[in-house]
Amino acid sequence: MIRLPLVLMFSALLFSAGVYGVLARRNAIMVLMAIELMLNAVNVNLVAFASAFHEMGGQVFALFVIAVAAAEVGIGLAIVILLFRTRESINVDEVNLLKW
Amino acid sequence: MTAQEYAFLVMAVVGGLAAIAVVTARNVVHAALYLVVALLSVAGVYLLLGAEFVGWVQILIYVGAIVILFLFGLMLTKAPIGRDTLDNQQRWLGALVGVGVFAGLVFLIQEAFPVQEAQAFETFQGTTGAVGEAIFSTYVLPFEAVSFLLLAALIGAIVLARKDDAT
Repeated sequence: MIRLPLVLMFSALLFSAGVYGVLARRNAIMVLMAIELMLNAVNVNLVAFASAFHEMGGQVFALFVIAVAAAEVGIGLAIVILLFRTRESINVDEVNLLKW
Repeated sequence: MTAQEYAFLVMAVVGGLAAIAVVTARNVVHAALYLVVALLSVAGVYLLLGAEFVGWVQILIYVGAIVILFLFGLMLTKAPIGRDTLDNQQRWLGALVGVGVFAGLVFLIQEAFPVQEAQAFETFQGTTGAVGEAIFSTYVLPFEAVSFLLLAALIGAIVLARKDDAT
């Protein structure tokens, strides 16, 4: 009983907040949080379409996206902690040794 | 404007404001707590859309595990506090890109599903049994792939984060 475009616009708002977070934040963990916002936006989209068109596939794929996001956060935080161990800072602007 | 739509609008406004607060907060721990609010509002939207299993899994995994991981990561890496240490110098360009992405998406949504002529749909029941049947009959191959992915992530995270004792 909810109109579909309103749910899609909520998902667009979450996604653009995530885009700003990835671009503007310096702390690597804040960038990971913004990526989580983007993944949640995609999930809202999937579940909204699943509910609107009576397709179970959208909800199943939302579950898979949640599982993949959990795996990605685990690995991402392991990398950030390793980075902190070697450099004492997780400022993404300073991690530029591979830049030409 | 049915009751579900009012409830959805309340959740969406709270979640949207919390999401903006996540990316603009000055204190990283506050940002993690705003992320909890945003994820809970998304779980509420799932419940309103009828996807009850996805909603409870969202609360269990996102709020209950991923945010805790973030807080541990913040604690172990001694995250700084303050506006200049948190945002880089190009944040105005980033804000422009964010607003541009939002405007573009809203335009596309309005083109494809116009708000004026949208009918409210009957929400689809996503009970645990129905989701389970779908996963283990139609989507069993992605399910196995995701389980391998989780195994690989588990092993990878442990290997990455342990301290090497030998050389």
